[in-house]
Amino acid sequence: MTDFVPHSDDDLRAMLDAVGVSSTAELFSEIPDGVRLGRPLDLPAGLSESELFADLERLAAQNTPATSLISFLGAGAYDHYVPAVVDAVIGRSEFATSYTPYQPERSQGMLQAIFEFQTAICELTALPVANASMYDAGTALAEAVMLACAHTGRTGVVVSDGVHPEYRQVLCTETAGCGSPPTPVACGAVTDLESLRAVLQEMGAGPAAVVLQQPNFFGGLEDMQAASALAHDAGALLIAVVDPLSLGLLAPPGEYGADVAVGEAQSLGGHLDFGGPYLGFMAVAEPLLRRLPGRLVGETVDAQGRRGFVLTLQTREQHIRREKATSNICSNHALNALAALVYLSWLGKQGLPELAVLCARKAAYLRARLTQLPGVTAFTDGPVFREFAVRLPRPAAAVAAALVEQGFLAGLDAGRFYDGLDDVLVVAVTERRTRAEMDAFVDALAGALAGDTSVGQPPQAAHDD
Amino acid sequence: MTETIFERSRPGRRAYSLPACDVPELPLDELVPEALRRAVPARLPEASELDLVRHFTELSTRNYGVDSGMYPLGSCTMKYNPKINDRVAALEGFRGLHPYQPEELVQGALELMVTLERWLSEIAGLDATTLQPAAGAHGELTGLLLMRAYHAAQGRSPRRIIIPDTAHGTNPASVVMAGYEPLAVGSDARGEMSIDELRSVLSDDVAGLMLTNPNTLGLFDEHIVEIAALVHDVAGLLYYDGANSNAVMGISRPGDMGFDIVHFNTHKTFSTPHGGGGPGAGPIAVRDILVPFLPTPVIERQADGGLRFTSDRPQSIGKMRTFYGNFGVLVRAYTYIRALGGEGLRQVSEIAVLNANYVFAGVSDLFDVPYDRRCMHEFVVSASPLKEHGVRALDLAKRLLDYDVHPPTTYFPLIVPEALMIEPTETESKESLDRLIAALRAVVADAARDPELLLSAPHDMVVGRLDEVGAARHPVLRQTFPDDLPTPEGDA
Repeated sequence: MTDFVPHSDDDLRAMLDAVGVSSTAELFSEIPDGVRLGRPLDLPAGLSESELFADLERLAAQNTPATSLISFLGAGAYDHYVPAVVDAVIGRSEFATSYTPYQPERSQGMLQAIFEFQTAICELTALPVANASMYDAGTALAEAVMLACAHTGRTGVVVSDGVHPEYRQVLCTETAGCGSPPTPVACGAVTDLESLRAVLQEMGAGPAAVVLQQPNFFGGLEDMQAASALAHDAGALLIAVVDPLSLGLLAPPGEYGADVAVGEAQSLGGHLDFGGPYLGFMAVAEPLLRRLPGRLVGETVDAQGRRGFVLTLQTREQHIRREKATSNICSNHALNALAALVYLSWLGKQGLPELAVLCARKAAYLRARLTQLPGVTAFTDGPVFREFAVRLPRPAAAVAAALVEQGFLAGLDAGRFYDGLDDVLVVAVTERRTRAEMDAFVDALAGALAGDTSVGQPPQAAHDD
Repeated sequence: MTETIFERSRPGRRAYSLPACDVPELPLDELVPEALRRAVPARLPEASELDLVRHFTELSTRNYGVDSGMYPLGSCTMKYNPKINDRVAALEGFRGLHPYQPEELVQGALELMVTLERWLSEIAGLDATTLQPAAGAHGELTGLLLMRAYHAAQGRSPRRIIIPDTAHGTNPASVVMAGYEPLAVGSDARGEMSIDELRSVLSDDVAGLMLTNPNTLGLFDEHIVEIAALVHDVAGLLYYDGANSNAVMGISRPGDMGFDIVHFNTHKTFSTPHGGGGPGAGPIAVRDILVPFLPTPVIERQADGGLRFTSDRPQSIGKMRTFYGNFGVLVRAYTYIRALGGEGLRQVSEIAVLNANYVFAGVSDLFDVPYDRRCMHEFVVSASPLKEHGVRALDLAKRLLDYDVHPPTTYFPLIVPEALMIEPTETESKESLDRLIAALRAVVADAARDPELLLSAPHDMVVGRLDEVGAARHPVLRQTFPDDLPTPEGDA
């Protein structure tokens, strides 16, 4: 078996002597007999490293990664290419094996990186303050709503059905102990703003916040400016759930008056990783600064005036304020934040808009091709960024299942989350999808709809290592 | 001074390369109307790839990880993170999986998850595990919401959670997030939860109790069985903060002590890297009575042997996060447990406790020892004796940096003045422990000889002691740019 304990027998003897015991067992003498296990743990015996690697390779081989197929699956997790430089930087063990930077003089590297990450998120969102990271978009949204409740002294929250269903589920679960359940607003291709207006009017006491996602779950682009006005007229905050990569093309939350921006930044240099660890982020307007959850890095100086970085405004945090803290968050997703920073620096000021437009053009192309097929119509019929939804003449789940056999992940069956949308397929197109792959997909989908699954070229593996 | 990546930016430089557009290049106005578009690009850095690599490599040299040296942060279990974990997590068969792929294509991943659930349940001495929580604090919130759902199902709504005064700050913060009121209970002369005080606060209004055992003083609470019985007698549940699990694996299981809910910090106990703050994972194990309330989806084995997700759990609290868990982290935890097996894990705990006791024996004469008992995997001493030289625990910590030793946790737990909380972990060699002992002895000698050496420490780092008060008073939380418009708040 593998052994990470370094001591030789001589070391052990010398250390036991120094402690004044004859065996390690004696060190546990204060544990009452009644709560001792008294048998070995029922776990498989340890393995050597080569056996271990073989065991894990065997498990990995039982999976077919999306990256080895032609994938149009998105819905909150995107297979953008991750440049080698990202993994090279986050693989440096001075970062990867460090703790939360409590000793700033010895942790300047990570502190500066987080400061740079905060800056990048502020730039993307056009909001003045961003924290060091959250776990993911769902938990970041829950925290944003708690922040809004604390700030406004109100309890309700109005949430568009166009917000990712899982984010809404997390919001319901995590706020169960301290708020009323969210009030939904209907969403088709985009959120029904008349319904939003009506819901806000019906709520006697205004809600703490209105939540919309841009682009929404179906890929549609919301009129955030109008939603912002409605929210603010009701005395509520506007919480915008955004994909940071879309902000290369789309108006940033600060410009349309969002008070809080949260979202999933897996699209910034993150692997798919079967859903985690991803990267939640949160940026807020200035008046909300002291209610922000999580770590914040600030710039300061040492006694000689040299620039340095420290964790700051810690009186918001659990290790100082305990039950009065703004959140319980302690560990965050700092290494994912570093990956996002490296990715954004790699893309840079020109690359981010270029990539965003490339995705939008590819998505527009595929939507146009798909909606030429008999019986296929655009569910998301307005402008889109990287993702859109189409209505199929057959249940989307069955069509997607048929296409898997031909090497395509067709997209997400919206019926998985929405009653009555069993025939809606949510399709994402990253820069990795070529025109040839999209054309093959259109042919295969046409074949599947016609009941002829042999139609469509057997696809080339996109990435299979 | 190191420039930021934004300051290194030069207009027109680039690292990126993108595929050529192979579809019609629709004009922007036809893609997205101007009103929805961004007018001004975000001021992201413009740098060559080598610029980037040099920048981040330089930052890494200004950082410190377990691979750099010993990291005896009490309560944080900064053990070695085996390299095989990272190699395995990077296998495309794990890393390339989309969370919404059909289950037939992810059977290996689901097998790994259900196996890890079973192993963690065994280590905890409980019946079932959820892998969803992203971190220890997130596990706490999950556990407390389970308590709430459990009590509600019995038609009860008790409001209070008992927490000892030695608890981690996350405990009371999680209690409030879950909609409960924390109720603090003091410690007795042996550093254990005061049974008398506990009895005095127990009532029908108590939903449960949160405890770490060994506690944050590094002491095993010998009355745990009695505590559990008292809490169960008022229909309360017991939550085990597993931050200190590294002391007792295979020796004493929380479930056997009477706990009903246990979280593990995989980034502490199971060797997954802490990443400069995360990501970690905070899976929780529970007793059978709580299984119906676990977050969804759960993985179920079908009659044909295949594994599937199901959310058909009407009493579930719901989802605690997007998707299923920090899978990339959980792969590493699985790999670690598989490498060591049950015997290996027990040895981990034995050596973790031996190493802590060895350092304790080597330094206990230097400090006040608040509780003169055998310590477990960590110990707490008070640096109060240094006050006579005008120096505090903080100064000692900063001076340790001059000896190239990462300082221990300071000022925690709160009930010990000038606390130093030292946790060497099992992966440190005797020489490494001897260096820590020698450094602590040298710093205490420095304090007597020349306290200024401590007060002005550190001296050999890339920066000296930083002005944290100034940082909080005038927060500068982002880079400013030459073209920023001056506004009263300093932000556009």
